[in-house]
Amino acid sequence: MKIDLTETTSSKINQALISARRSIGSPAVGMVLTLVIVTDEENAYDSLKAASDSSREHPSRIIVVIKRVSRSPRARRDARLDAEIRVGSDAGSGETVVLRLHGELANHAQSVVLPLLLPDAPVVAWWPEDAPADPAKDPLGALAQRRITDTYSAEHPLDELSVRAATYRPGDTDLAWTRITPWRSMLAAALDQQPAQVVSATVEGESDNPSCELLAMWLADRLGVPVERTHSGGPGLTAVRLETKNGSIVLDRPDGSLATLCMVGQPDRAVALKRRETAELLAEELRRLDPDNIYEATVKFGVERLGGPTEPSSVGSGQKRPEPAGSAAPAAKKTAAKKAASK
Amino acid sequence: MSGVPGANPLRDAQDRRLPRIAGPSGLVIFGVTGDLSRKKLMPAVYDLANRGLLPPGFSLIGFARRDWEDEDFAQVVHDAVKEHSRTPFREEVWQQLSQGMRFVQGNFDDDDAFETLKATIEELDKAQGTGGNFAFYLSVPPKFFPKVVQQLKKHGLADQKEGSWRRAVIEKPFGHDLESAQELNQLVHDVFPPNEVFRIDHYLGKETVQNILALRFANTMWEPIWNRSYVDHVQITMAEDIGIGGRAGYYDGIGAARDVIQNHLLQLLALTAMEEPGSFHPKALVAEKLKVLTAVELPEDLGKHTVRGQYTHAWQGGQEVPGYLEEDGIDPKSKTDTFAAIKLTINNRRWAGVPFYLRTGKRLGRRVTEIAVVFKRAPYLPFESGATEELGGNALVIRVQPDEGVTVRFGSKVPGTSMEVRDVTMDFAYGESFTESSPEAYERLILDVLLGDANLFPRHQEVELSWNILDPIEEYWDKHGKPAQYAAGTWGPAEADDMLARDGRSWRRP
Repeated sequence: MKIDLTETTSSKINQALISARRSIGSPAVGMVLTLVIVTDEENAYDSLKAASDSSREHPSRIIVVIKRVSRSPRARRDARLDAEIRVGSDAGSGETVVLRLHGELANHAQSVVLPLLLPDAPVVAWWPEDAPADPAKDPLGALAQRRITDTYSAEHPLDELSVRAATYRPGDTDLAWTRITPWRSMLAAALDQQPAQVVSATVEGESDNPSCELLAMWLADRLGVPVERTHSGGPGLTAVRLETKNGSIVLDRPDGSLATLCMVGQPDRAVALKRRETAELLAEELRRLDPDNIYEATVKFGVERLGGPTEPSSVGSGQKRPEPAGSAAPAAKKTAAKKAASK
Repeated sequence: MSGVPGANPLRDAQDRRLPRIAGPSGLVIFGVTGDLSRKKLMPAVYDLANRGLLPPGFSLIGFARRDWEDEDFAQVVHDAVKEHSRTPFREEVWQQLSQGMRFVQGNFDDDDAFETLKATIEELDKAQGTGGNFAFYLSVPPKFFPKVVQQLKKHGLADQKEGSWRRAVIEKPFGHDLESAQELNQLVHDVFPPNEVFRIDHYLGKETVQNILALRFANTMWEPIWNRSYVDHVQITMAEDIGIGGRAGYYDGIGAARDVIQNHLLQLLALTAMEEPGSFHPKALVAEKLKVLTAVELPEDLGKHTVRGQYTHAWQGGQEVPGYLEEDGIDPKSKTDTFAAIKLTINNRRWAGVPFYLRTGKRLGRRVTEIAVVFKRAPYLPFESGATEELGGNALVIRVQPDEGVTVRFGSKVPGTSMEVRDVTMDFAYGESFTESSPEAYERLILDVLLGDANLFPRHQEVELSWNILDPIEEYWDKHGKPAQYAAGTWGPAEADDMLARDGRSWRRP
């Protein structure tokens, strides 16, 4: 069921939601969270689709906040709220409200969203692109327990990572971090099997992919050894090498789906490590809503402390060094085209 | 950075995104051509791999009589996975799994086959790095059980070597009475140490059953009323709508009580009634379960407080179905019960005087398993006499399957000018409240076997205590009368209703 409301208010939207639920015969509310997607007209479709897919696992009220661009002074002075409500089979397993904010109202989105939050249920804010520099201080972000950004879609991913570190508040998380969970879990399992001391590590992947930096920083932070970040053509992350006192552990994924795990003294084994869809990433992200301390430690480790391909760094010196050449520049060209793609 | 020497620096208790992955290991399935293996075990293994919970190099060995090559076996697993797995089929996951698949052909008394199995395991240790860790899943009829276990011993397959493990996974029935259960336990423990024997009761792998512990021990609102002061009685039901199907050979002579009450229902009773364990350590949990099972007492007059039945020819849900005695392969004079209802009491301070009614049956109204805790009625009702006529006792119902969840039933005013109170329900459904779709019971249990976590597996003492409870009832049934008849598709014989009516109660329609 789909209802269009033009020039409306939050309370009219709430009424429409209740009557829509009644008319399809399910007045009970079994939804577990409110997901607020802050986006523009261009990204709204893809993000909403990903969110609805993940809502199959957990029904939620999805509020899409679209800030319309006003192109004339008159339009900027005007303020208008249009809403599109989807309930029942049109909305996955929850409810969807698409809000279009025109003119001055675009600066006061929180006033529209606040009355629409589900009672007593967690709120998650997600910026598929253009996340604010300080998500926790953003008026919409302040309503949420969990704030999801995506440095992968940023113009300059590495700068963005530093910004995320500087403004981190408990509850922040980033899809670039979510993307590497399977890698992290496989590497941890490899060290379970081969509990040798790691002396150095290398992370190889696309130059403009912040997931590689995050993985490298995680390894550097956890292991306390120098980690080198090298570049390849992708897709995404392509290899991680851990040098241990007994020999090396290599997890190599040249094609983006099937990886090989090579360890000294053990046969090479295939490991499925597929690049996941946004819906799956979001589903993982929504599973836990408590602060992710490991992400905090990792992102705060600092991109500048990673060793580049040419000049291996001594970790722990805290010394600032310039970013590896070529990491930011190609990023600018590519990001626009691949925002919806995932690792 | 890790401080503890030897600990994996990449692991951290705070890092809850990282799942528990089993260490290097493999699974050997005996009776791999059976239904259970195709419909449950193989899909569960795939789903585990798909969720990234199996170690790299995980290996699966099938053992059966069929004349198959490794490729034929892989094809069968492939088809089974495609048809029955819970998660979507992904080629790269399949490639990872199929590298470690082997098939060993042979009979259970064939020494060569077991030597081949041994060689296969050694080969996999080299090729896949399974490290000598293997679990043997005995998905075989009970009569082959001793044979397989002895063969494993004879060929040194069960030898626990330093730094690796060998585990046995066995399915019900765990014997057919106390004596046979003890024999079976002795036989298995002779080959595998008790802590390496995993008895599968797939009910315990279900989320809803594990949730009983969360519901009871993580909340404050239930504990104060979870006792004889407030609880009137408890009904535990496991109903199936199917008949015995192709299981005539196994089922006849066993019956519903041995098949279901002895394991599933008594486990559910133990979890519902036990005291709070000191921790979730397996030993603490099993201690509480044993305590409550020991306190279970049978009614004095078994004739009045137990009922058994057999389904008869009738129309069920739009289909004409045969009666039990007309099923293929059943002795027309068989006295086997396809329905069983019993009343138990628990002699401790919490439960004295509160009856626990357990019932199970085949060809009942619909397939459902639930635990209903029915509370006493309010001691005084300040309403007019007619106002509360339709009000029953409050109830908390744990719906184990299908439609997993919890229902609370309580009275509420009917809208209108007069004061009238009627029962309403409040629902919590698993399907709609969680961010993770719940895994199949077998997934959880297989993973726990590989991890060596014994919390969700009944121990041999529990099995023996359960037989202790059931044996006198079976003996009584043997000597007295014969099963009551009930039409297929109904909720059991009238005698079962009478049994509760004598106590002034009635069965819930689940």
